[in-house]
Amino acid sequence: MRPIRHLTPASAEEAIHSLATAPGKPRLLAGGTTLIDLMKLDVEQPDLLIDITRLPDLREIHTEGDALLFGALVHMSDVADHPVIKRDYPVLSEALWRGASQQLRNMATLGGNLLQRTRCAYFRDTQFPCNKRVPGSGCAALEGINRGHALLGTSSQCIATYPGDWAVALIAMDAAVDTLSPRGIRRIPVAELHRQPGNTPQIDHALAPDEMIIRTRVPASPLGKASTYLKIRDRESYAFALTSAAVALSMEGDRVREARIALGGVATVPWRAQKAEQSLIGKTLDEAAARHAGALAFEGAQARPQNQFRLPLGINTVVQALMIAKRRA
Amino acid sequence: MTESSKFTRREIIGGVTMALLPPLAGAAEVPSPVATLESEDMIVTLQVNNHVHRLPLDPRATLLDTLRERLSLFGTKKGCDHGQCGACTVHVGGRRVLSCLMLAKQAEGKAITTIEGIAGEDGSLHAVQQAFLDHDALQCGYCTPGQIMSAIACISEGHAGSPETIREYMSGNLCRCGAYAGIVAAIQQAAT
Repeated sequence: MRPIRHLTPASAEEAIHSLATAPGKPRLLAGGTTLIDLMKLDVEQPDLLIDITRLPDLREIHTEGDALLFGALVHMSDVADHPVIKRDYPVLSEALWRGASQQLRNMATLGGNLLQRTRCAYFRDTQFPCNKRVPGSGCAALEGINRGHALLGTSSQCIATYPGDWAVALIAMDAAVDTLSPRGIRRIPVAELHRQPGNTPQIDHALAPDEMIIRTRVPASPLGKASTYLKIRDRESYAFALTSAAVALSMEGDRVREARIALGGVATVPWRAQKAEQSLIGKTLDEAAARHAGALAFEGAQARPQNQFRLPLGINTVVQALMIAKRRA
Repeated sequence: MTESSKFTRREIIGGVTMALLPPLAGAAEVPSPVATLESEDMIVTLQVNNHVHRLPLDPRATLLDTLRERLSLFGTKKGCDHGQCGACTVHVGGRRVLSCLMLAKQAEGKAITTIEGIAGEDGSLHAVQQAFLDHDALQCGYCTPGQIMSAIACISEGHAGSPETIREYMSGNLCRCGAYAGIVAAIQQAAT
């Protein structure tokens, strides 16, 4: 690991000030489960860590009123086990407890979780070319081992999968983040937070270099109750998604009034499948309708020989998630 | 207690290894594997198993390396060092965490408990330690300190109500010997 300095700011404003003005390569340190790991691999090379884990605030969980609020420093395990979230928003709870391990969920924060970096093995290994790590160096995954790489949102520069679950559940629930920078507070829909690689795969997200997430905001919604996060993995627990689906429904008898479908593990960003959602409105939600929606969700997918099995797997995941959500309606 | 049992396995292995190594020409300045010279040390106060330690530490020092290399608490194991195996699990502020991905500085001011801190003052085993013995919940034993620290938390969190729940909430602790069946049985016993 390269030498670093360690700073403990007393407030979020102070943290942002340091982030904006420190020379070199400052980075915010929260749970550290991505950053420390990648520093050991020399993929991340900060020279100053601004440790925000001592900040007195940003730890609130509000479940009353017209929006759920989660401070950026709330731990994954706190929301996964929150009784109101488990009862009224199972998609949020499941996306969290089905991610990582309890030790990691006790460390990782909800703000940091959103900004976790890809698990692409070539991104994580500095011996290989990677346009995300070293722009212009090439992409070893295109012709390499890409069984776990993205089917949706890829470019000729990068096919790295966005690995998170929480953001996928959040975009299904129309969530937004509040951010703080020297220019003040602004709100960004989570659906606009992550960037597809295009020609600039080194840019993961829409935050400015001196901007930090301070909370996540989920509009209160009756769709939360009829929701699920279904995650399919090589092993049943403690693995990243091969495919996943966040689904939430509002039903009128047998017919769908409103549907939300988002995909995880299969795209370069958390992937909302609005055309699939639209296809269900007013329909009786049976297996055929669900399968049609699943196929629409993967419209435009670019499969490769090693990862093409995840196309039918992903469609089946959407179908099964819709059926689980329907039973909860 | 015999004289030889005062030596730890680590000291014996280290001593033997050093004795076997041929002296290297001009090897007086062997670079330390833990770089400490480039970053400026900071004073970190850690409370480990109810003992307070004030240590000058490189800001990069992880809690795991500090426990092992500075405090000689070798029970906490370094498996992958990347947060994937769970061997380094300890409790910080009453929660189980991975000490390999936590900087020592981040644990300052919080109660840290390692495998060395869970037995009774009279040396009596913790109920989870005893359950692991009762159920042969280990083979080589390398993952066991992490398994036990994780299991204690798993029970106190209320995630030990069924074998399925135990498997889910213990999934962050890998055991390459495959002692999982015994581990689940041990946790079930200790939880009741």
